[in-house]
Amino acid sequence: MSENKSKKAPYTIPIGPTHPALKEPILFTFKINGEAIEEVDFAPGKAHRGIEWMGMRRNPVQIVHLTDRICGICGVSHTFAFAKAVEQIAGIEVPDRAHYIRTILAEFERIQSHLLWAGVAAHELGFDTLFNLAWRVREESMDLIELLTGNRVNYAIVQVGGVRRDIEEEKFARIEEGLQYYEGLIDKLLKLFLHDKTITMRCRDCGVLTREASLKLCTVGPTSRASGVKMDVRLDSPYGAYGDLDFDYVMPDQYTGETRGDVYDRIIVRLLEVAQSVDLIRQCLKQIPEGETLWETKMPKLLATCKKAEGEAVGRVEAPRGECLHYVRMNKSDSPYMWKVKASTYSNQLSWLEILKGEQIADIPIIVASIDPCMSCTDRVAVVRDGKPDIYSKEYLHRLSVERTRRLMNDE
Amino acid sequence: MSDLVDLMVTVVGGTVALAVIGIVFGLILLGIDRKFAAHMQARVGPPLRQPFIDVAKLMSKDSIVPENAVASVFNAAPVIALASAITLLLYIPIAGLSPVLGGFGDAILVMYILTVPALAMVAGGFASGSPYATVGAQREMVTMIAYEFPLAVAIVAVAWRFAMAGFADPFSLATMGGVGTGMVIWDVVGPVGIIGCLILLVVLAWVTPAELSRVPCDTPEAETELCGGIVAEYSGRNLGLFYLAGGVKTFAMIALAVAIFLPWNISWFTGITGWTALVADVIFFILKVIVVMFFSVSLIRVSMARFRINHLVSIYWGYIAVAALFGLVLVILDVLMKGGVVL
Repeated sequence: MSENKSKKAPYTIPIGPTHPALKEPILFTFKINGEAIEEVDFAPGKAHRGIEWMGMRRNPVQIVHLTDRICGICGVSHTFAFAKAVEQIAGIEVPDRAHYIRTILAEFERIQSHLLWAGVAAHELGFDTLFNLAWRVREESMDLIELLTGNRVNYAIVQVGGVRRDIEEEKFARIEEGLQYYEGLIDKLLKLFLHDKTITMRCRDCGVLTREASLKLCTVGPTSRASGVKMDVRLDSPYGAYGDLDFDYVMPDQYTGETRGDVYDRIIVRLLEVAQSVDLIRQCLKQIPEGETLWETKMPKLLATCKKAEGEAVGRVEAPRGECLHYVRMNKSDSPYMWKVKASTYSNQLSWLEILKGEQIADIPIIVASIDPCMSCTDRVAVVRDGKPDIYSKEYLHRLSVERTRRLMNDE
Repeated sequence: MSDLVDLMVTVVGGTVALAVIGIVFGLILLGIDRKFAAHMQARVGPPLRQPFIDVAKLMSKDSIVPENAVASVFNAAPVIALASAITLLLYIPIAGLSPVLGGFGDAILVMYILTVPALAMVAGGFASGSPYATVGAQREMVTMIAYEFPLAVAIVAVAWRFAMAGFADPFSLATMGGVGTGMVIWDVVGPVGIIGCLILLVVLAWVTPAELSRVPCDTPEAETELCGGIVAEYSGRNLGLFYLAGGVKTFAMIALAVAIFLPWNISWFTGITGWTALVADVIFFILKVIVVMFFSVSLIRVSMARFRINHLVSIYWGYIAVAALFGLVLVILDVLMKGGVVL
């Protein structure tokens, strides 16, 4: 149709910064020919809130609660990664029980995050019934998180040196009830999402990310695993209680016998991970040791230890969306000398350029959503010059980092 | 001369009455559809009067015309869409009553007028000067091409069967609706034809969501892709008119399906006459419309994801067109085998 009135084909369609297909602000620019995408570009940085700047003026105990607010979905992952980095620098030994509680919460977070994503994906496909269903069953995990932490979002459970609340014995029965709820549900979810004609039609061979491209673009988390790359921080460098647990990489070929790296495979991986998380929580409940949940309950001593700490560390955890990384450098002062957050979407977002090219306009929402993007996790910088948005070139950024490294080395 | 005056009075009065009925009942239908969908999705849903609230709000707001839009076409499109949707009602027998303009147009004309609201939306989309609306308008055109053929086959097959049975005015919707004769398509066809007509009924049920741009065929509006597509730039009164046109068109399209395939009246089977019969027929007609809407709009839209435009074309040109042709062949076989009423 469009070829007939091709006076300006290919034409440009902006999607964003606000658009119903996007749950968070980001600007995509598509060059479209008819219904097919010829070129893609995107400009993140619309959700920059200066969180790192705020953090570097606070002490580590305060920052933990700030990291909770980086993103509304993966609060545990960010607090966990940051606390890990600080604990490593300050030489704080986390009690075993706290490790298990952190792990249980991280897995509940994975369940609610993946179900939230499944609902969003269904909505992007125009399948609102499934969206309503997915979000309804997600409530159970939200209720359990509320039971364990007191909050539905911004859990405020992780503390430097442990967790702020214990899981009492009498809550185990309620948790078990929730786990059984999800176990009974997982087959239904798999059937509804993976055996529906319209979903298969829309998602199979759509937004394909090959194994090679996935490795080249350094994608992480479910996006990588759906492309056949076996990587999972929980297994590759175990933290928390994951070293004690028995589990394996979730790959799409476990369900279909093949790996295509398309949107469909990403749905498989996320839904199977819900089942895996249920299993992991159950293992944790069985093995959880008795004991303290905090390295130090007295706040002045904890702060004094943090103030004395010197050095740098990287805290890595497997967030629901993939690896979440916090770099912290402490320099014997109240607040960290340097704090850098690299969320999973930062690694995954470049795959958009690869997987969107050649697809159709109709597939933009589901392909964009398929990597489960979180812009508020990702946007750590916004360049403004003379009141206007600006772009830093690679050379300029390289020069900046060389200068920065020199400064850091001179400080030592 | 006085005949002409009478006719004018009937037409004008009928048009005004049908416009009011069409708009009010169209909006109620949209409300019922939302309630159905909500309950199937385990939600409470908005109250039945929600569409009226929506329209009242839209009508009280300003219409914004984009700077690079063709203002005349942009503003005319919603009016044409609503007017043509109401015009449809003048040709469709409602509750077994002879249509207002029944003597001046038949099923073929109705099929043409059915395309006018969609064409008005296409014109409005192209006139919006927005890439979203342009893509939406292109998709609407493709959608129309996709569903027109099965729709035409379904209607023509029924009309042809009436012609073969020796009815005087087979293409008239009054004839198909059994107005006066009390004969409906199911009385006319034999066993093979019944199967054929059942297939055509299913085809018509599948054409309805495409005709009304509802999920899974809401590609021209595709909220998550095109932020409303054709209507992306519309606001205030203009959007309100499109909304009304959508309601009236929903009513008209389902009334058409009811008139062709389910035209029975209560009064045919019971002895009641006069005003009681009319009231009973109208209530029965409304029930039929609601039931047909449940199956052809609400149920389909909650159980499926949106089609991609190329899927939509291949499904309507492929499966549904083949099904329609198969139904047509069965109806022809029915005549050849002398089943049912044949001259």
